[in-house]
Amino acid sequence: MPSTNDWINNPLGVVEEMFGASQNSSDSGWEAKVTEFFRQRLMEKDAHTWVPSLNDVPLHYLKPNSLVKFRCLIQDMFDPEFYMGAYDTVDPSTKAKVLRCGKYKDVTECGVDLDSANMVTSERQTFYCVPIPGESPWVKESYASTCQARVVPSTSYVPSRQKRSYEDDDEDDMDTQPQAQGHAHNGTPAAAEAQGNGDSKRQETEAPSGQKASSPPLDLNFPLPGEKGPACLVKVYADWDSFKLNDTMEVYGILSVSPALSALSDQSDTSSSLILDPAECMETAEELRVHSPPASLVPRLHLIHTQRLAHNNPLLPPAALEDSAASLASTLGEMVSVRAELLAYFTQLLLGDVLAAEYLLLHLISNVYARRDVIPLGKFTLNLSGCPATAGPAYTEQLYCALQQLVPSAYRLSMTLQNMNQLRLVPRKDYVANRLLSGALQLAANTSLYLDETQLEQGQLDPAGVRNITALGNVISWQKVDYDFNYHQMEFPSNINVLIASEGRSLLPSDCHVHLQPQVTPPNMEAYLGSALTAQSSSQLNKFRLYLTMARTLDYSISEEVTKAVEDDFVDMRKDDPQSISADDLHSLLGVARLLCLSLGQSALSTDAWSRAKHIETLRKSRSEPQGCLNGNEP
Amino acid sequence: MSSPMSTPGGKRGRPSNPSTRKFYIRHRCNSIGLAINSISVDMSSPLMYGTPSSRVDGTPRSGARGTPARQRPDLGSVRKSKQVDLQSEPSAADGAAAAEQPAGQRLVIWGTDVNVATCKEKFQRFLQRFIDPSSKEDENSCLDLNEPLYMQKLEEISIVGDPVLNINCGHVSSFDAELYRQLVCYPQEVIPTFDMAVNELFFERFPDSILEHQIQVRPYNALKTRNMRSLNPEDIDQLITISGMVIRTSQLIPEMQEAFFQCAVCAFSARVEVDRGRIAEPAVCRNCNTTHSLALIHNRSMFSDKQMVKIQESPEDMPAGQTPHTTVVYAHNDLVDKVQPGDRINITGIYRAVPMRVNPRQSNVKSVYKTHIDVIHFRKTDEKRLHGQDDENEQRLFTEARVQTLRELAAKPDVYDRLSSALAPSIYEHEDIKKGILLQLFGGTRKDFSQTGRGNFRAEVNILLCGDPGTSKSQLLQYVFNLVPRGQYTSGKGSSAVGLTAYIMKDPETRQTVLQTGALVLSDNGICCIDEFDKMSDSTRSVLHEVMEQQTLSIAKAGIICQLNARTSILAAANPVESQWNPKKTTIENIQLPHTLLSRFDLIFLMLDPQDEAYDRKLAHHLVSLYYQSEEQLEEENLDMAVLKDFIAYARSYIQPKLSEEAGQALIEAYVEMRKVGSGRGMVSAYPRQLESLIRLAEAHAKVRFSDKVETIDVEEAKRLHREALKQSATDPRTGFVDISILTTGMSATARKRKEEITAALKKMLQSRTKTPVMKFQQLFDDLRGQSETAITKDQFEEALKALCDEDYLTISGKTIRLAT
Repeated sequence: MPSTNDWINNPLGVVEEMFGASQNSSDSGWEAKVTEFFRQRLMEKDAHTWVPSLNDVPLHYLKPNSLVKFRCLIQDMFDPEFYMGAYDTVDPSTKAKVLRCGKYKDVTECGVDLDSANMVTSERQTFYCVPIPGESPWVKESYASTCQARVVPSTSYVPSRQKRSYEDDDEDDMDTQPQAQGHAHNGTPAAAEAQGNGDSKRQETEAPSGQKASSPPLDLNFPLPGEKGPACLVKVYADWDSFKLNDTMEVYGILSVSPALSALSDQSDTSSSLILDPAECMETAEELRVHSPPASLVPRLHLIHTQRLAHNNPLLPPAALEDSAASLASTLGEMVSVRAELLAYFTQLLLGDVLAAEYLLLHLISNVYARRDVIPLGKFTLNLSGCPATAGPAYTEQLYCALQQLVPSAYRLSMTLQNMNQLRLVPRKDYVANRLLSGALQLAANTSLYLDETQLEQGQLDPAGVRNITALGNVISWQKVDYDFNYHQMEFPSNINVLIASEGRSLLPSDCHVHLQPQVTPPNMEAYLGSALTAQSSSQLNKFRLYLTMARTLDYSISEEVTKAVEDDFVDMRKDDPQSISADDLHSLLGVARLLCLSLGQSALSTDAWSRAKHIETLRKSRSEPQGCLNGNEP
Repeated sequence: MSSPMSTPGGKRGRPSNPSTRKFYIRHRCNSIGLAINSISVDMSSPLMYGTPSSRVDGTPRSGARGTPARQRPDLGSVRKSKQVDLQSEPSAADGAAAAEQPAGQRLVIWGTDVNVATCKEKFQRFLQRFIDPSSKEDENSCLDLNEPLYMQKLEEISIVGDPVLNINCGHVSSFDAELYRQLVCYPQEVIPTFDMAVNELFFERFPDSILEHQIQVRPYNALKTRNMRSLNPEDIDQLITISGMVIRTSQLIPEMQEAFFQCAVCAFSARVEVDRGRIAEPAVCRNCNTTHSLALIHNRSMFSDKQMVKIQESPEDMPAGQTPHTTVVYAHNDLVDKVQPGDRINITGIYRAVPMRVNPRQSNVKSVYKTHIDVIHFRKTDEKRLHGQDDENEQRLFTEARVQTLRELAAKPDVYDRLSSALAPSIYEHEDIKKGILLQLFGGTRKDFSQTGRGNFRAEVNILLCGDPGTSKSQLLQYVFNLVPRGQYTSGKGSSAVGLTAYIMKDPETRQTVLQTGALVLSDNGICCIDEFDKMSDSTRSVLHEVMEQQTLSIAKAGIICQLNARTSILAAANPVESQWNPKKTTIENIQLPHTLLSRFDLIFLMLDPQDEAYDRKLAHHLVSLYYQSEEQLEEENLDMAVLKDFIAYARSYIQPKLSEEAGQALIEAYVEMRKVGSGRGMVSAYPRQLESLIRLAEAHAKVRFSDKVETIDVEEAKRLHREALKQSATDPRTGFVDISILTTGMSATARKRKEEITAALKKMLQSRTKTPVMKFQQLFDDLRGQSETAITKDQFEEALKALCDEDYLTISGKTIRLAT
């Protein structure tokens, strides 16, 4: 059996060995064996940390055809493709035939015998994957620090051939210098510098942007503007129907960066020669560029093993919570105390408003846990109005920073008029390039979307702006995004926690509106919040992070007695004053009660929690009523 | 090699037969190339058929008598392989076995189990004998169903002169399963054989007919695959039918079929066929032996039309949470430009896979194939929508078992209640509203009175929901929108008149003006849900007038004048103006909508808070249960949404109830009764429009029962529902009586009477004091109030003033009132 280094550095060797073995014996199912082998290996203690991650290791440090992992979101699904699963090669000199395996590879060996009867055509699916949008810096750092692969000498080794091929692409695009000169001039110093310079992070981010400047920019199609990181074409060999768009997962696969894959080099050759090749000239240049981008920018990953991410919190074991329930029991016990600390922290952030702090906490653990025909259950959109506007954007910005430190992924959408009119929020299908152009609402489950409405000024929304606002409204009310497929729309369910910060009541709908009542008015807002932020130790923050993710995943139920009590309560309230509570109010009350229980680590509704929920709802309403009238907005 | 390919062997990893066959063939052909000359070519084989060489030599069949054959690029270049295959087979491995059999029986096309002669014979028999008495297809409508179907079609060809014969594979399959299997597995070989058979038969029958080219057979409806998603490597080189939507079409591409070379020295010419996109350029002139003297003469080469069409999975076929797949399709010859982007089509064709070369100068290839479909037959699924006929019949296919379940469900006595409770189960109560919406989903029967000059009668039921905010109106709308296949959801605030109807756009590429349809047109035959109906601008609302009664949309802009069908039901929701429903006011006053529009709604429901303890309790229980029941539990309780969907789709397409005698009587009685109620008090309580509504509702109810006849119980329910809705929306708050004129004229009869009284009183008072032509508003108001024995509100006073003003009796300027002289 291969050693540790072998299965990481040369996984294809393992695959081929098994393939070869299966050819001799009649026993089939070598494919299952391969996936099982890698799954077993990765199950071993800490084994997965030895696999380098595309998220934090620059691409050019990774060895081609080695095993890598990638934490990503499925942004688009391309068409299935047929490939040669097995084929014969003929050695031109000896005429000896060798049966090869085409699985987990993009390019065949030389001398394929196309007429061989041993040829097997198989099918695989390609997903276009991007790093999880809006992933918080602390998550990235935490993952990077647990990954031990970077110290493995073989991965920091820069293969010079690889480096050169990357420069090749560059040259081909520009159609300039003779290539040999290019290497001497460009390639070597860069490689030397990379070896000498320890700052690998810089290299990674710089390299793609340099590429962009020289060739027509290739849009890597990240959902959020300003995102960085590699995008990846993941080839899936089995069970691809179980994947859904916007799923987040950690992919373990074989890295393939063969320069032959990039369409651009291909194109320059074919344009001159084959006019009659029907397969080649049919697709538009745009489509080719998108579907076969340079491998140096968008590497191919042949998937061997996936780990679905139920959450993206590096502090928790990635698997389902049941397995590790025992280890987390202690955390569960602590929940009440952590909650109190977190509440105190939020109170400080929200200028001493305890009620708002409590609602913010409930908001952060909300999660769409079920859908009843069209109604999503468990969503809890919070509208925090009365954000001090005098301090400018400083307050809302700082608040976002504080939240970003707590949740695994977050995005702040500044609702300026310009953004609303120009930003693409809803993903749209581009039929020319045959891909799904991403939009800012293509987010992974449980991403916090922070809408800063204090930035909105008076002015005209154009049709695109109206559509964007409608899309935001749909996300809030129905937790769905209607992707624009030009000829029709397609509905994709979402699970986004939307928090709206505004001065008055927001123009968008919300499940719950809290008007901020500051108890303190610090003279220098920025300094005040800054100190509040820095006062938290990292261990304290980690506790909060763990708490929020834990609370979200707890189960919940309501017993018969409590149901009865709630019913009685409702009927009584209605008896006194039918106007006081409507069905919708009961809905939101039940929602608050549920979140309140979860935040306390309880998995069943208690009468205490119910009356507490009623209490805070009454408090909240007494605040927002005069506010609502003032604003004149319809509820 | 000749074993059937239909064994389902898992999705992947098939030791591929068809795909390898192609490559192998070429290999063989080179090695026995010499053998060709020594073997006399069998003229009855398909190898001579439909190739350029046959055009030069004259057609091989004497019956065809010079009618030129036309190439079939959709079948690929097949000639070369077959020419050898047919002969090489006996000499190949199982040659010994073949020799024992009569040669004619055992000859099969290489790589297949197709024997040309048998296949031809079988197909001719099929053409001559096949009768389909149960045919429902529209294109066969004018044919005699008891005569052989395809012989009639041949006759049609001889008259019309369009040399294309479309063959329904379903027919082939029911006639001869073996032939069908061969057709699906080896279309490339079998279809030319069919062509040949058909031509033989045709020219035998109609020896004098002149066709542009020989008849081509186009099979369709191969039941192999219905869904693009289920295509897999096993389907390569097989005949498949998939459905999808055209998203892009390319420009016309002239594809060279045969290259014409001429020698520069001796002017000797040579023709070379294009083989898989490549031309083997002759290096030496055969006549004068000069090397490299042959030049390609473009304008004497043969080209065929070709077009790339991209199709995408139709949204209905998609599993949730995935993006649609696309497939490249090549259309050839007369199929070019047959489809436009946006068309829903069924494609029958041959699935192809071609290996990709990384670099033409390198020998290693990308291990990926490019796939496409060569189209043999297009069929637009939504074609007939344009012609205004009833449709959907063939689109949704129901399995026998499904129909059985649906029928069983329909036979249950409480089917109506069951279905209505299955509708939006998360929304509590509102039984009548749900029933109304249910009937809307089914719709009435479409009637055509165009012969008597009234055009189409509206069959769609329109419903307006109004009521307090937060009574789950929007949820109901969302639910309906998700339930119906062709639903549109718009919000009154967010939609403009253009967005609802249609707008003209310049296509940026072609500079062509294109008509882009809006929500109302898109929901043709579906339901258009309009939320916040009251917030719609007047101009937008005015568009609805035409749609809601005539069911058409007229457009006259940017040089395009047209009338589009918009046979859509409208489900609208409106909030009261004062945010809370004022029970003291009429519906019109509460929602401030023009009565012209309101009268076009069949049913107007109020969704109000019932404020009743038992109701509250049930509601609370219902809501609480939402929060802890798991999803599976929820599923069990109610009818599946899918069943409901199918039930509605089935009833809509197959059930067309007609009024029975008794039902007609019942309707008349009901109408007369409604009229009578009002006439006693000098009010009109029903108009013909209400009668039409009743008919529609009764028909819809009959559809729920899957009954072809509208019976008295349907009328009863229609009456009840209509009355319920009226009771809610057209009750005069002053008198408590139902008064339809609230909806038809915007004002109740009592209110109108009262207004007249006050006006008269005011006029009388003014006449009595003609000395002062100018007076103060407030003073006059007080005086009038002093005189009158009933209370007069300021509004009423103003209305009276305005009425007098309209009579030119006085003028109002600010707060002063001046008598006209």
